[in-house]
Amino acid sequence: MDNTAIKKINAKNITDKEYFYGHKACAGCGGSLAVRQALKVLGDRSYSVLPAGCMAAVGFIYPQMAFNSNAVISMFPGSASMASGITAGNKALGVEDTHTVVFAGDGGTADIGLQALSGAIDRDDKLIYICYDNEAYMNTGIQKSGLTPFGTKTTTTPAGKNLPGSITEKKNLFEIVAAHDIKYAATASIGYINDFINKVNKAKQVDGTSFIHVYASCPTGWGTPTETSVEIAKEAVDCGLWYLAEYENGEFKLNRNPKEFKSIPEYIKKQGRFKHLTDDQIKHIEAARDKKWARIRKNWG
Amino acid sequence: MTEKNRYFVSGDEAVALGTRLARPHVISAYPITPQTIVVERLSEMVEDGSLKAEFMHVESEHSAISAAMGVSSVGARSFTATSSQGLLYMAEGLHYASGGRFPVVMMNANRATALPWSIFGDLRDSLSQLDSGWIQVYVEDAQEALDMMIQAYKIAEHKKVLTPFMVNLDGFVLTHTYEEVEVPDQEMVDQFLPPFETPNKMSIEKPMNMGFSTSPADNMEFKFQQHKAMMDSIAVIKEVDQEYGDMIGRYYNGMIDTYQCDDAEVILMTLGSVTGTARVVVDALRAKGLKVGLLKIRYMRPFPEKEIQEVVKNAKVIGVLDKDISFGFEGTIYTNVNSALVRMQSHPQSYNFVAGMGGRDVSKADIEEMFMDLLHAAKGEEIERVKFINMGVEING
Repeated sequence: MDNTAIKKINAKNITDKEYFYGHKACAGCGGSLAVRQALKVLGDRSYSVLPAGCMAAVGFIYPQMAFNSNAVISMFPGSASMASGITAGNKALGVEDTHTVVFAGDGGTADIGLQALSGAIDRDDKLIYICYDNEAYMNTGIQKSGLTPFGTKTTTTPAGKNLPGSITEKKNLFEIVAAHDIKYAATASIGYINDFINKVNKAKQVDGTSFIHVYASCPTGWGTPTETSVEIAKEAVDCGLWYLAEYENGEFKLNRNPKEFKSIPEYIKKQGRFKHLTDDQIKHIEAARDKKWARIRKNWG
Repeated sequence: MTEKNRYFVSGDEAVALGTRLARPHVISAYPITPQTIVVERLSEMVEDGSLKAEFMHVESEHSAISAAMGVSSVGARSFTATSSQGLLYMAEGLHYASGGRFPVVMMNANRATALPWSIFGDLRDSLSQLDSGWIQVYVEDAQEALDMMIQAYKIAEHKKVLTPFMVNLDGFVLTHTYEEVEVPDQEMVDQFLPPFETPNKMSIEKPMNMGFSTSPADNMEFKFQQHKAMMDSIAVIKEVDQEYGDMIGRYYNGMIDTYQCDDAEVILMTLGSVTGTARVVVDALRAKGLKVGLLKIRYMRPFPEKEIQEVVKNAKVIGVLDKDISFGFEGTIYTNVNSALVRMQSHPQSYNFVAGMGGRDVSKADIEEMFMDLLHAAKGEEIERVKFINMGVEING
């Protein structure tokens, strides 16, 4: 892809038109912010597919529909396959210049929806798959998903005398997707919104499957004040527990390589889901981060 | 009809030929024995250009039905096919497609369900999904399979119906048996089956939000509409059968078909390919002066309640052949038939024959045994209410 030809989008030139409003998401919802911004980039000719999950639950309560462009709820494991069908149907009908986009959570993507996503990438169907990652099954009330990080208290990984909350590390979804040799994949954060919307804009130009994994805070599930959602999603990147990267033309690229990480304990102590962690457990998280970054810097440099 | 319109093909190949004539825009299917040949032939047709369609190599049956709904949601015509475990893996999508009013057409090769594993035929797969909101037809031979692929789209896409449609073929006995079929001309099929038009779709001109959720205040009304559409489809099925016969030359008598039922004292009810065997047995018994008749149930949903009542009203005893069992009760077709019978002012006694499960052969002798049982019952003798036919083990108590 010739990246130089793509015009950058920013707060000044992004459309004022709204495509996702009047929904019933919680105050401070990071997922809804990602959907709203992405749809502004994709415009009128978009078809959104959302599996049964938070954004589907808050956006389609009959008779109040919250999408100003085409949108449909898919089966929980079937968002990528339904999106593939929409793309194939439009192609067969000769409807051109459309954007099929999936907005699925971390559970809908890394767990139950992974098979269908893999199939879509294998076929290289023209669709943009956006995973808004709030690190647990939030719609059903904060249960552990494959993207819940170590030490997170959820309603199925309680923190107590015997367990520190979740005992598994976050699944490496971005690299799993990249391993398909997908045309374009990226990670993003709602804390770095310009980076995110320009990655959506890039994905929009891809003639095949593209994927964006956007870190999206959830005040309800994380135990954070509603007004700090953007700030906390930025901090996750700054302390190295999340990263901004791309995979394109068979190469990984790190978009942001901080010389020095911000403090993990500070990030963690702002969130109810991590309040129980001991110093040793926090050290474990820091060590895992350092190991991951050593590998990233070595291989993607 | 000319010589070149006649082909010697298997049931699966007849389905592929019928599907091509219906001009689906997208085929999304996952291979499973004994459906596999359908998707192989369709992929060849797409490759050689004789079928202008997108062929999606989906990674599972769940994605096959999910993609088919995506296709339908933008107003395109979709096709998928499956069998047994694949149908069960789709189960979530079956309910989703009918609730979303997506007129997806699917071929199902009837096959036993695991465990134990068996690739051979019985009806436990599709009958377990009777309540999923799909129209279900069961065909008797390859010709009927081909013709029903075309009729299926016309019925499913009818504005009063907008309900997905499942065409069922007995695994192996029908899917893999070769017969001569007549293939209608494309021009004639195009005239019979115009392109799919629906207001229930997403488009750039008129954006729509589909597949929403409802509160208890609205849900029942949506479900009632689904039920009403299915009930209304009975009239549409009959109209379409008539129109197809008038144009193409073959009639299937709508919801059910009958053979020698007019003066029959006992009537056996069958689905699918075993009907052909039963017809031969009826001829043999009629030659001996025995008043036996045969009722072929074509549609299990919508259920031919009135049609069955009309045919059996003068019979003394009826029997239902089930290639399935609802464990802990009786054959599923039998339960449905009985429900239709008890709404009659007076009705014949009914008996159930469970046979042919997991691909076990149902022979002429087996069917003769069923008729003889029914004739005994007609004379007032006591016979088993639910009888397992041709069992390899002694059944005690």
